[in-house]
Amino acid sequence: MTSYIVKRLLGLIPTLFLVVTVVFFLVRLAPGGPFDSERAVPPEALAALNAKYRLSDPLFKQYKDFLADLFLRGDFGPCFKYPGRTVNEVIAESLPVSMQLGLLALVFALLIGIPAGMIGAMRQNTVADHAAMSVAMVGISIPRFVLAPILILSLGLGLYILPVARWETWRHMLLPVFCGALPTAAYVARLTRAGMLDVIRSDFILTARAKGVSERNVILKHAMRGGLLPVVSFLGPGFSGLLVGSLVIERIFDIPGMGRYFVEAALNRDYNLVMGVTLVYGTLLMTLNAVVDVAYGWLDPRVKLE
Amino acid sequence: MAEIRTEAPAVDLERLERGASLWSDAWRRLRKNRVAVASGVLIVLMIIACVVVPAFSGYDYAQTNLELGPTPPSKAHWMGTDFHGRDLMARVFFGGRVSFSVGIIATLMSFAIGASWGGIAGYFGGRIDAIMMRIVDVLYTFPFLIFVILLQVFFAGKDGTLHNLFKTILGPFVADANDPKWFPIFQICFVFAALGCISWLTMARIVRGQVIALRAQPFVEAARSVGVGHMAIVFRHLLPNALGPIIVYATLTVPEVMLTEAFLSFLGLGTQEPLSSWGQLTALGAEAMAVYPWILLFPALMLAITLFSLNFLGDGLRDALDPRIRKEQ
Repeated sequence: MTSYIVKRLLGLIPTLFLVVTVVFFLVRLAPGGPFDSERAVPPEALAALNAKYRLSDPLFKQYKDFLADLFLRGDFGPCFKYPGRTVNEVIAESLPVSMQLGLLALVFALLIGIPAGMIGAMRQNTVADHAAMSVAMVGISIPRFVLAPILILSLGLGLYILPVARWETWRHMLLPVFCGALPTAAYVARLTRAGMLDVIRSDFILTARAKGVSERNVILKHAMRGGLLPVVSFLGPGFSGLLVGSLVIERIFDIPGMGRYFVEAALNRDYNLVMGVTLVYGTLLMTLNAVVDVAYGWLDPRVKLE
Repeated sequence: MAEIRTEAPAVDLERLERGASLWSDAWRRLRKNRVAVASGVLIVLMIIACVVVPAFSGYDYAQTNLELGPTPPSKAHWMGTDFHGRDLMARVFFGGRVSFSVGIIATLMSFAIGASWGGIAGYFGGRIDAIMMRIVDVLYTFPFLIFVILLQVFFAGKDGTLHNLFKTILGPFVADANDPKWFPIFQICFVFAALGCISWLTMARIVRGQVIALRAQPFVEAARSVGVGHMAIVFRHLLPNALGPIIVYATLTVPEVMLTEAFLSFLGLGTQEPLSSWGQLTALGAEAMAVYPWILLFPALMLAITLFSLNFLGDGLRDALDPRIRKEQ
């Protein structure tokens, strides 16, 4: 088990290295540079800027320097578009906000999705089941960027119940977390229902019932462990969806998280910032996927981790 | 006195002989699912409207009328007009063409890549299977959309490498490939390709599972014994027999891709002016919904209805074609 975890985590290193390399060359080989702008910059100033940010070095030397800075000192270098700030500072400021948003949304999605799916499975083909699954279908089909303005307009600006922007108190967090979580909750509900229905029909549940185990314990102790496996394996893609969704949520609710910087950095050709944000996203997702794999093996005795 | 019947009761012999194939069974089960049938009808109507309305509404999707500006729905403009005085109905249904094309083309691409990948991995098994599916596993953990955004920003720009390639391909077909009006088309083609390339992973897994279950069947051995080649067995014998799950998953991929296109457009990266797509129209509408709600309402409604119907149809198809449910009925 321990050796599997170590192996799995070591396996991330080559993948992350690949991501660093691909993104590094991708952004630099593309047309356009960080200091191209509408106004003509004097060539001397441009040369000075390029020299300052070491962009006039040969490409391979830039790559070597970048890797050395990153792996030896954990330093992504300066931002091109925010003078005087480093990528590390920007990430240190915005990552906690994004993580808070992402984790709250994930917890919220599980808290809504799992009970809804369980109700659907326990009371299959009843009104409760149909209602829960219809709501889930709405959650899957309505994009976050449609849901968010509708909620802002009705709850925020129409009824003045909740603030609609920024990230300060828990009341600021309610709307963005809900908007971020709903599509994920909908997937979780559908997966829970399908998983539970699958397990409930299996022989060991019949045996448990025949032995007179109470319905409560049949569900909570026997069925849930297997029935929630699809949800566990969905956590990886689910969290990835939340992260990508946060690009939209952070923009709509004006939240100072990392998602906001990402698109902006790409459009600005801010190479170092693009690199930093992509790498943080990649590391987060791949680590989470590794954790999910381990959890899966622990929950499902049929899976052997080697 | 009772009449003596001389005629035999009418029996549809032909139908009895045909028996109940997978497809006729599935069709019967699907027809009983009223929600799925209604969804299917809605989708067909929506596609017809997207084809017909822009051609016959009398308004051009790009024709601006700055004096008119945004007006609420009226007799002249059933869905109102947008910021530039363009007829919203023409724009919404033209956007529908773009959204549906993105959904269908990207799904076909994901089908082509995923089915070949999964089919070959499942059929050959062993080392080839292990390597190919390991690649799929690794790709699964990649934050692909982030790469799509990077690629779009850095490489889909005007006169970039990809744009030049596009102009070369387009050259023989149009009078002037350098005309700036083709640039938005190029950007849409980029979205087709990018979304197709990132959505084949699940398809590959599903097809592989099916092929592994099928490859031990006698008909495969029979084909091999009369000298059919490996590739022909995969593509002509195995894949057609795995069509059920493939169709189900493809139906569910279409709304997913349409949603992703809408997401990219919302960030300002997908479909660009003067073209429209549901995602792009919705994004524009969301900015001004407090003042001009209809600009958000109509495209958002169309998008939601379509995604809703496609998801319900996909679910219905799954119930109709899933052999595991078949057993129990």
